[in-house]
Amino acid sequence: MSDGPHRRPTRLRGTISMIAALLTARALRDAFARRRQARVTSRPLRTGEDPSQRDVAANRRAETLVAILLVGAGLFAFAFTIVYAAAGASTQLLAVTLGGALALLAAGAIVAGKALVPQEKSVEQRDVLLKEDELHEVLEIIESGGEGISRRKLLAGAAGLAGAGVLTAAVTPLASLGPDLDAIHQTPWRRGVRLVDDQGRPYTAEEVQIGSFYTALPEHADPGAFGSGLLLVKLPADRIHLPPARRDWAPEGILAYSKICPHAGCAISLYRYPTYQPTSVGPAFTCPCHYSTFSPGEGGRLMFGPAGRALPQLPLMIDAERNVRAAAPFREDIGPSWWSVRRGQS
Amino acid sequence: MAVRRRHRLQRGMRFSEERLGASRAIKWALRYVFPDHWTFLLGEIALYAFIILVASGIFLTLYYVPSDTQVIYRGPYALLRGEQMSEAYRSVLDLSFNVPAGLLVRQIHHWAADVFVAAIVLHLMRIFFTGAYRKPRDLNYFIGLTMLMLAILEGFAGYSLGDDLLSGMGLAIAYSVALAIPFVGAQLGFLIWGGQFPGSADFLPRLEIVHVLLIPLAFAVLITMHLAMIMRQHHTQFPGPGRRERNVVGTPLWPAYALRSIGLLFAVAAVLVLVGGLIQINPVWQWGPYHPYLSENGAQPDWYIGWLIGALRLMPNFEPTIAGHTLIPNPFWGGLAFPLLVFAMMFAWPAIERRVTGDYRRHDLLDRPRDRPVRTAIGAAFLSWVVIIFAVGSTDRIFVRLHVPYEEQIHFWRVGVWLLPIIVFFATRQICRWLQRTGSHPLRDWEGAVIARRRDGGFEVVADSPQDAGAAEPGPPIGTAPGQESEL
Ligand code: FES
Repeated sequence: MSDGPHRRPTRLRGTISMIAALLTARALRDAFARRRQARVTSRPLRTGEDPSQRDVAANRRAETLVAILLVGAGLFAFAFTIVYAAAGASTQLLAVTLGGALALLAAGAIVAGKALVPQEKSVEQRDVLLKEDELHEVLEIIESGGEGISRRKLLAGAAGLAGAGVLTAAVTPLASLGPDLDAIHQTPWRRGVRLVDDQGRPYTAEEVQIGSFYTALPEHADPGAFGSGLLLVKLPADRIHLPPARRDWAPEGILAYSKICPHAGCAISLYRYPTYQPTSVGPAFTCPCHYSTFSPGEGGRLMFGPAGRALPQLPLMIDAERNVRAAAPFREDIGPSWWSVRRGQS
Repeated sequence: MAVRRRHRLQRGMRFSEERLGASRAIKWALRYVFPDHWTFLLGEIALYAFIILVASGIFLTLYYVPSDTQVIYRGPYALLRGEQMSEAYRSVLDLSFNVPAGLLVRQIHHWAADVFVAAIVLHLMRIFFTGAYRKPRDLNYFIGLTMLMLAILEGFAGYSLGDDLLSGMGLAIAYSVALAIPFVGAQLGFLIWGGQFPGSADFLPRLEIVHVLLIPLAFAVLITMHLAMIMRQHHTQFPGPGRRERNVVGTPLWPAYALRSIGLLFAVAAVLVLVGGLIQINPVWQWGPYHPYLSENGAQPDWYIGWLIGALRLMPNFEPTIAGHTLIPNPFWGGLAFPLLVFAMMFAWPAIERRVTGDYRRHDLLDRPRDRPVRTAIGAAFLSWVVIIFAVGSTDRIFVRLHVPYEEQIHFWRVGVWLLPIIVFFATRQICRWLQRTGSHPLRDWEGAVIARRRDGGFEVVADSPQDAGAAEPGPPIGTAPGQESEL
C-alpha cells in the first residue's frame, strides 16, 4: 500500500508543520503569560473605585508571534492566487488557502490587540440626552417660523390635500405592474385535450395501472402553466365513491386531479396505495410541503392537513383510440385560495 | 526612525485637518469606550457577516441572469445535460461549474446569510434578556427588529432567485401567502408576479432588484442609524465595580479594541470562507430545474424560514368563507398572521413593560436575566413557543428517521404548542428565583461545600459556599435598584 518515495515528503511536511504548531503554541502561551501575571498582581477593585487602568505591554515575544502570523497570512494569501491561477483549482483548496490567510490575520489582530498594544480600561461619562433649556430654544425657533400666519387651518388643510394627491400619484404607476385578474381562472384544460406525459406521449387507458400514479400534462399547451399538471390514477370500482354529479368523470376507474395543492401551491408528489387491504386506510395523495392529504376515490376530499379545500377533479373521457382526454374544463379553481376562488362542492 | 514616523503621520493628519477640521470627532472616536463582554460581539458578528454578504453578492450579481426564458442545458454537469430549464437556473449552474471560484463564492454567500440571521437572532435574545431595549434604546431596538424582518425576506428572496426546484416550491408558497391576504390578495399576487404563478418574464428581474438593490439599500440606511444611535447613547454595560448608570467602563477603541474587532472581522470571514469551501450548502444541481408540476419530498428551506413551514403545517384546515367568498385562505394563518404576531409582540414589549412596571426611567445598566424572573420567564416561554413551531417544521424528517407517525405528531403539537410554553414560564421563573437566592452562576459557579483534610486524616467542612471560601470571583452586585422591586 505504501510506497516510500511518495510518503517521505508527506512525513517531512507533517514534521515541519508540527514543529511550527508547537512553536506557535509556545509563543502564544508566552504572549499571554505576562498578562496573566499582571492580572493576578493587580489589586482587586472595590465598588465605587475608579476602574481606569493602563498597562504598556512591551512584549517582544508577542511582537514575534504577530509577525509570524502576519507572514503566514501573506503566504497563504499568495497561495490562494497561485491555486486560482493553476488550472483545475478546486473549491476546497481555494477555501483552505484564503480561509487560512484570513484566520491567521484574525489571530494576528487579536494577539496584537490583547498582548502587543497598551491594555487600557477607561471610563467615559454618558451625555444627558434631554436638556430642557436646549429643548425650549429649539421649540421657540421652530414656532417663530410661523409668526404672522393667521389662517393656519386653511393652510394645513390645503397642504394635506396636496400631500394626499401627490402621494396617490406617486404610487399609481404601481398599478401598471400587474395584468388583469381574469387569467387566474384559466387552465389549459378544456373538452378534448389529450393527457400526455412529460415527453409528450399520450396516455392510453391501458397504461394507467392500479397502484401507481402518473403525472399528466395537456397536449400542445404550456407545461409550465400553473394549472397544467395533473395526477392520474386508476382505482378499483369499490374504492370509488364520487358525488352523484361526478358519476361519469372517471371512465373505467381512471381519475384525474389537479397536481397543484389547494393549500399553498406545491405539486403533490406522494401517493399512498393500501397494500394490506383489511386494516389500512384508503388510497391517498399527500403534498410534500405541509402534508395535506386527499382521497382520490372521493372526489379529492381532504383527509388530513391544512388545505382549506378539496383537490379539484378534472372530468375525463376515453376516445376511440383509447387515449385519455379531458371531458370538460375544471369546474373549480386550481391552486391556492383567494377571496373569490371558485370552491368545489365536496 | 521614530521622529520620521511621527513626521509622516503629522503630514497626513495635517492634510486632512486643513480640509476637514475633524480632529475633535477623531479624538472622540479613538477614545470611544466599548464594554468588555462577549455577548456584545453578537451584533458585531452580524455586521461582519453583512459585509461578507455584500462583497460575495457583488461577485454573484455579475454572473446571475434573471430570465425565465427556457433553454436546453449543455454545460458540464452530465446529469442535467439536455434538460429544459430557465436561463436563471442555467446561470447559477454555470456560476457553480464554469466560473473559477464561483462555487466557493456562492457557498460563502449562502453560509453568510445563515450566519447573518442567526447572529441577529442571538443578538436580539441578548438585548431582550438583559433589558437593553429600555429607554433610551427602544428606538434602536425597533430598528433592529425591522432589520431582522428584512434579513429573513432578503434571505428568502436570495435563494428564490436560483429557479431550482427548491426555490420554485418556496415561491409557490409565497405566492399562496400573498393570495391569502383577505380581499386584495389576488390583486397583490398578480401585481408582484406579473400574472398567474409562476409569473411573467418580469418577475425574476423584479425579485433580483429587490434582493440586490432595494433591501440592501434599506439595510445600509438602517445599519447606519443603528450604529449612530449606539454611538450617541454609548453601549450598555453590566453592573460591576465602578460601573454606574451615568458612565461606561471598558476598552477604548484605539488601539486595543480596534485590533480585536478587526480580528473578529477576519475570524468571521475565515470561518465563512472555510465552511463555504469545505461544507456543501444548497447544491442546486441536485434539485433540478423548477416546473410547477414538479416537487421534491423532504425538502427543507433555510433555517430562518423553518418557523413559517412549521406554522403552515401545524395549522388546522381552517378557511372561513362568507357568502361564497373565501374570507381568510389557510396559508394566511401560518405564513403571515403568525410571523406578524411574533414581531408585533416584540415591537410592543417595551411599551407593555413600561406600563406594567411603571418604570419610565432611562436605563443604561443591564439586568442579569435572573434579576427579572418574570421578564425572563415571559421571554423563555415566548421563545419556546416559536421554537416548538420551528421544530414542527421537521416532523416529516422525524417520521422518516424515527417512524413516529406524522399525523400523531401534528395532533400532539397542536396542544403541546400551548402547554409547553406555560410550563417553561413557571420553570424559568422558579430557576431565576433560585439563582437569585443562591447567588450562583449557572455556568461559572459551583455548588456544594469546601472540604479539607485534617491532620488526623479525617475531613471537615470549611465553607458552605465558594464565596465563604474566598475562592470564587466576586459576582456583580445583585442589582435591584431602589424603586425597582418589580420582577419584570
Ligand atoms: S402546499 Fe400542499 S399542504 Fe401546503
